[in-house]
Amino acid sequence: MTVMEQRGAYRPSPPPAWQPRMDPAPLLPDAEPHRVLGTEAAAEADPDLLRRLYAELVRGRRYNAQATALTKQGRLAVYPSSTGQEACEVAAALALEERDWLFPSYRDTLAAVARGVDPVEALTLLRGDWHTGYDPREHRVAPLSTPLATQLPHAVGLAHAARLKGDDVVALAMVGDGGTSEGDFHEALNFAAVWQAPVVFLVQNNGFAISVPLAKQTAAPSLAHKAVGYGMPGRLVDGNDAVAVHEVLGEAVRRAREGGGPTLIEAITYRIDAHTNADDATRYRGDAEVDAWRDHDPIALLDHELTERGLLDDAGRQAARDAAEAMAADLRERMNQDAALDPADLFAHVYAEPTPQLREQQAQLQAELDAEHDSHGGAHR
Amino acid sequence: MTTVAVKPATMAQALTRAMRDAMAADPSVHVMGEDVGTLGGVFRVTDGLAAEFGEDRCTDTPLAEAGILGTAVGMAMYGLRPVVEMQFDAFAYPAFEQLVSHVAKMRNRTRGRMPLPLTIRIPYGGGIGGVEHHSDASEAYYMATPGLHVVTPATVADAYGLLRASIASDDPVVFLEPKRLYWSKADWNPDEPQSVEPIGRAVVRRSGRSATLITYGPSVPVCLEAAEAAREEGWDLEVVDLRSLVPFDDETVAASVRRTGRAVVVHESGGFGGPGGEIAARVTERCFHHLEAPVLRVAGFDIPYPPPMLERHHLPGVDRILDAVGRLQWEAES
Repeated sequence: MTVMEQRGAYRPSPPPAWQPRMDPAPLLPDAEPHRVLGTEAAAEADPDLLRRLYAELVRGRRYNAQATALTKQGRLAVYPSSTGQEACEVAAALALEERDWLFPSYRDTLAAVARGVDPVEALTLLRGDWHTGYDPREHRVAPLSTPLATQLPHAVGLAHAARLKGDDVVALAMVGDGGTSEGDFHEALNFAAVWQAPVVFLVQNNGFAISVPLAKQTAAPSLAHKAVGYGMPGRLVDGNDAVAVHEVLGEAVRRAREGGGPTLIEAITYRIDAHTNADDATRYRGDAEVDAWRDHDPIALLDHELTERGLLDDAGRQAARDAAEAMAADLRERMNQDAALDPADLFAHVYAEPTPQLREQQAQLQAELDAEHDSHGGAHR
Repeated sequence: MTTVAVKPATMAQALTRAMRDAMAADPSVHVMGEDVGTLGGVFRVTDGLAAEFGEDRCTDTPLAEAGILGTAVGMAMYGLRPVVEMQFDAFAYPAFEQLVSHVAKMRNRTRGRMPLPLTIRIPYGGGIGGVEHHSDASEAYYMATPGLHVVTPATVADAYGLLRASIASDDPVVFLEPKRLYWSKADWNPDEPQSVEPIGRAVVRRSGRSATLITYGPSVPVCLEAAEAAREEGWDLEVVDLRSLVPFDDETVAASVRRTGRAVVVHESGGFGGPGGEIAARVTERCFHHLEAPVLRVAGFDIPYPPPMLERHHLPGVDRILDAVGRLQWEAES
């Protein structure tokens, strides 16, 4: 009997397989970015953590300034500065345990350095003597990723693999506001949520994807709201409040480690410098906007709190500056030495064993170098 | 004394067995992809793996190829050995950025510190009556990407041996499975010790003196058929099955062409920018003084893959191969 024939007895019902899956309300971000500095909660912040964050922020800003100076001296091909975003960079590194993994984007050199990567090795990519200069396994920092958001599925896969092996390892993946438009961002968040992988996504919303403002990037209520669509919580935090970023990241890392699954965090911050030294930011934004953000400076916010609580005086400030200067002097000195280049490296790491074709090409290059050497009267270069 | 009757096995079964044996031998081997778990894959090549090893070892992923390959990269970074299935040739393209920018380059960009031992299985090529986007010969894209090995079997035994070698490799391997050979059969006993074939070695499938057909994957049986038919014309054709496009076995190919003096490259992929151009150039560079005629190519036309009712006109067939052999300047012989 068809539906038409049994019309009298037929009662419409909901779609048979449909079940409500999850209440989205607990996943929603708060209406305002989470803050600690300048609020009552700041009084409870651990003094040691505040001092450590302060020292790292001062060092980080000096690192950005020194690296930018090195581009002007021709020692770096390019440098995407994170000046103004040091709170996110430093908090990301400090929120992780040693066994955890960090997946930085190309703007996150500072996070890699704060996690322990050698400041010179972290700049290899931007100096141009190789791509990744550090051993990713030494500090568990993946290569700085230039293709946007492509490192996010790597973080998910690594976290998933760790869980399959029974290791309580968390992966923290960093991306910018522009990167959230990429398909890999979507796929990474979806896989992470489906697998309940122990991964934390930190989006630094610094206002611009090179020149394109957020309004042209997304129509979402906030980037943190995107989490809800994947079934994971979204958190909104003041990205210039180092204590708040550290706190929100810490909670998300803890939750991931305990099997609670992934979190998406949007940190509201601002790129004070241009996209890179090759960019001209005056073409797409005005001074007033930049000045407003200079008044919400991550170091000044922390300085104020430390001073109020009697944890920082001029001697303390000077000590932080001296440590940063020592780092910068060392960086300058080592970056001013010419990089050791070996053309044979071009063929050494393409495959575990070079193919016969690569062996031939390597021999060809060697013959060219030998001829060059002879024609320069033995002055090998 | 009893003899065990050897039942014919299909290429699909040999591939399944290769993954099964690799998973049994090495707990770090993980199979992942769309429909590979409960269903056993749309071609049933992963049949039974989820049941035997559990869903953590043979995982149905969300339907997103970049995500599948991208997460496999992360898993390999943590020491696993993922075997990824892309459902069809043309559905592998969303994963292209992960493949080119990360899979192929990770060893190189980290100075060898972070190799990625992962295998990407892709059913490829036409001849199964597939509708649009199900029949691409996509090997040229992968061949053109340094850092990848590109392997394709043509026999049941090679399907097993080459897939085991690919999974065991510490480099990423694009493993192209000729989908119209999935159901090809051979007497192959999976319970006998199997050989693991080294990646990068071509093999002479049929010896001959007149000319060499250089081919791989789905075109190997076509070339063998053409070689049989050529006997009527008085040609004794040699057939070289490349098995691995990267690395390329110049030695075996050049040795064959030096013996025969004539060569035709046969593949489904389009001729313009296809593998045949590279192969013909390599043969010419190495065998110029042995060649009696230019190296010819029999390839797919330079058109988007045709609708199934027209595909027979596109795919290299026996007649087109024999036509090419006929154009190898035999008049010089007499």
